[in-house]
Amino acid sequence: MTLAIFITGTLALLFGLLLGYAAIRFKVESDPLVEQVDSLLPQTQCGQCGFPGCRPYAEAIANDGDEINKCPPGGDATIKKLADLMGVEAKPLNAAHGEDAAAKTIAYIREDECIGCTKCIQACPVDAIIGAAKQMHTVITDECTGCDLCVDPCPVDCIDMINVPQTSSTWDWKESIQPETLIPVKVVS
Amino acid sequence: MESFDTIVKRLSENRLWQFPGGVKPQDKKALSNTHAIRRLPLPDCLYIPLKQHIGNKGSLIVEVGQRVLKGQPLTKASGPYSVPIHASTSGTVKAIDEHVSAHPSGIAEPTLMLEPDGLDEWIKLHPNPHYSQLDKSTLVELICDAGISGMGGAGFPTHIKTNNPQKLEFLIINGIECEPYITADDRLMREHAWQIRQGIDILQHTLNPKHIIVAVEDNKPEALEALRIACKDKPDCSLVSTPTLYPMGGEKQLIQVVTGREVPGKGLPSDIGITMFNIGTCFAIADAVFNGKPLIERVVTLTGEAVKAPQNVWALIGTPIAFLTEHAQLKSSKRYSQRIIMGGPMMGFTVTSPRVPVVKTTNCLLMPKASFAQPEDIERPCIRCSACSDVCPASLLPQQLLWHSKAKEYDKAQDYNLFDCIECGACAYVCPSDIPLVQYYRQAKSAVRSEKDEKQKAEKAKARFDARTQRLENDKKEREEKHQKAAQARQNAKANANDTATETTTAPKSAAVAAAIARAKAKKQQTSTPVLETEQKEPAQVDDKKAKVAAAVARAKAKKAASSNAIESEEKLESNTEAPQQTEVDDKKAKIAAAVARAKAKKAAASNGVEPNEKTAPTIETTQQTDADAKKAKVAAAVARAKAKAKAKAEKNAE
Repeated sequence: MTLAIFITGTLALLFGLLLGYAAIRFKVESDPLVEQVDSLLPQTQCGQCGFPGCRPYAEAIANDGDEINKCPPGGDATIKKLADLMGVEAKPLNAAHGEDAAAKTIAYIREDECIGCTKCIQACPVDAIIGAAKQMHTVITDECTGCDLCVDPCPVDCIDMINVPQTSSTWDWKESIQPETLIPVKVVS
Repeated sequence: MESFDTIVKRLSENRLWQFPGGVKPQDKKALSNTHAIRRLPLPDCLYIPLKQHIGNKGSLIVEVGQRVLKGQPLTKASGPYSVPIHASTSGTVKAIDEHVSAHPSGIAEPTLMLEPDGLDEWIKLHPNPHYSQLDKSTLVELICDAGISGMGGAGFPTHIKTNNPQKLEFLIINGIECEPYITADDRLMREHAWQIRQGIDILQHTLNPKHIIVAVEDNKPEALEALRIACKDKPDCSLVSTPTLYPMGGEKQLIQVVTGREVPGKGLPSDIGITMFNIGTCFAIADAVFNGKPLIERVVTLTGEAVKAPQNVWALIGTPIAFLTEHAQLKSSKRYSQRIIMGGPMMGFTVTSPRVPVVKTTNCLLMPKASFAQPEDIERPCIRCSACSDVCPASLLPQQLLWHSKAKEYDKAQDYNLFDCIECGACAYVCPSDIPLVQYYRQAKSAVRSEKDEKQKAEKAKARFDARTQRLENDKKEREEKHQKAAQARQNAKANANDTATETTTAPKSAAVAAAIARAKAKKQQTSTPVLETEQKEPAQVDDKKAKVAAAVARAKAKKAASSNAIESEEKLESNTEAPQQTEVDDKKAKIAAAVARAKAKKAAASNGVEPNEKTAPTIETTQQTDADAKKAKVAAAVARAKAKAKAKAEKNAE
């Protein structure tokens, strides 16, 4: 009897120590779920979800169980992926946060109307606008995420959101499943 | 993997390997392979796209309106994956603009429009008949400068393949041309076998392979014979005749058939010691090195049941296809309704406009009869017959790929090796339900690619966002530190000042005494006022407050008195040095006055400068506005816009 208690006790102590050591040795620095959610979000940093950037929203989803349908730039594809990750039902995009953008847009500054107030530069979350006080500003198109945040602060309304032009390398074959453009593979038979 | 010796042995016995699957469509090559390659007159205008290969486009080195000679480079290679383009004939650069592209989408791309002058005048050429004396890098440079990119279909820059640092066992020359209808390579081999042989010699010199294999399908016996004669005296070179089976001409398939080796899924042929060049590329390489001629024309097959005169022609790069179809005598009733397919019937695409130009990868223009692709032919449900997986040359599972591509489950499609699909169309060819399988795979592939791109972009945006957040935080911290430091400095300065003040006051005893008297007075007042107040005994608390205020005032007065006393004493001390100080003060005053005067003068000058403008403005107002006016107007407009915006916002808020 005492021997059994002794053995079990020793084993318990041993495993306890082992687990304790492992907990310290293999400690995970930050919550990996937040990272995973963050990596699914489109990183436009637009704030349409009501959080100041994608990471805070990711934290809200991961830690506070916030709704997953608040990200208009990500659209249904992102919601689907988030639903998979969080193990919840996918739901349609919450219209209160904006509509699913049909086409990708980027900001364009009508340069001769720009008065050089730098307000858009301060608003841009990814530093994609260059310029200086009383100098014309312009958008680095490659870096613009199309978040819309620069449009509102502009006092003279000289920023437009324009569609990204399609090139042959970004074109997808969606349009081609139509009889007119289909290749008649049966032509030889 | 098969060893080098077994492969050579089996090749000498003409025993080949097989690739899985494959289909045998009617080849229809007899339509166009009976006539010699024809030369055509010059078209009215050439549309030369700036980018015709995989990689980056070069940078322009000609201007609109400039006269260029035949073979003159129009762009300069601007990176390792870039090849130049050349003027296909002499003439004037009419425009450099967007023009419909030789791509399934037809999306306009930067194109140089060249108007031929009819002289066809060559630029000075630099032939290198003794190529074997040139070193490898010079030859690679020659090939790059001639603008050669793979002419089999993919359009990969050839100089990259010729600059292969890996040890090569086999150099395979691809003369298969397995797609139905196309005979461009067939005619080229028959008529220019010797020049192809020269191209192979150059490749052998640069790549130094152990063995060369020239492969031709057995439905082209004349071409095979011509090459056999040309390569008769070439050691370490086997000429093989492969069975006719589609898609034998695919790079991975041909390697499997002639060497028995398989190219790894995400690898390249050079990983298994093999590299492959197309017949047309060999011809172009020989032209570039021996004659110094860049790639400005290629053989194009004009064929199909809808043309009266199917044939092969030498087409200048940039020729609009309408010009070619006219020469192939497209039935006139079909001129506008005819579908024109660029490439073969299995892998080609329908062009979007007759103004699409011929590019370096265009091998065929197919104009089939109008009786196919009726609406009822289009796509019925999959019946799971598995005919597609039987013919797939890459041993994939086309059905599974179709399900997942249709359902947009791209991860699963990739698990079934979507990216190993070579888009040969064999599956769609055998499908009894007429499902355009390849179109779905292409869609899925482009979706996966754009997803990848977006992910990359998102990562970049995140990095930039993080950098910005970090920067803002650092700025804030810095500012706070600065403020703190400034506050500290101020406090220190104050403390120092007090110290010095007390020091100076102690020196003249009278000042100290005065200060002491002041302090005593203040104390007295402090003590006397509450007494006075308590005597009144009205609202005690208020009085208390009042008393405190009064006391504070008294203290302040006392302090002031003390400091003024101190200053007085200092002044007394420094009275002998007062005179120079005064002069300094005077100096300062004078300086300030001068500055003010300057500023005034400037202002006056500015107003004078504006005045004449204003005076002259009315006289020429009717014809033009002065700059100042324009600026004013702009400012006014901006202000108006801002006001309008504010108003709109207010209204919105009110709502």
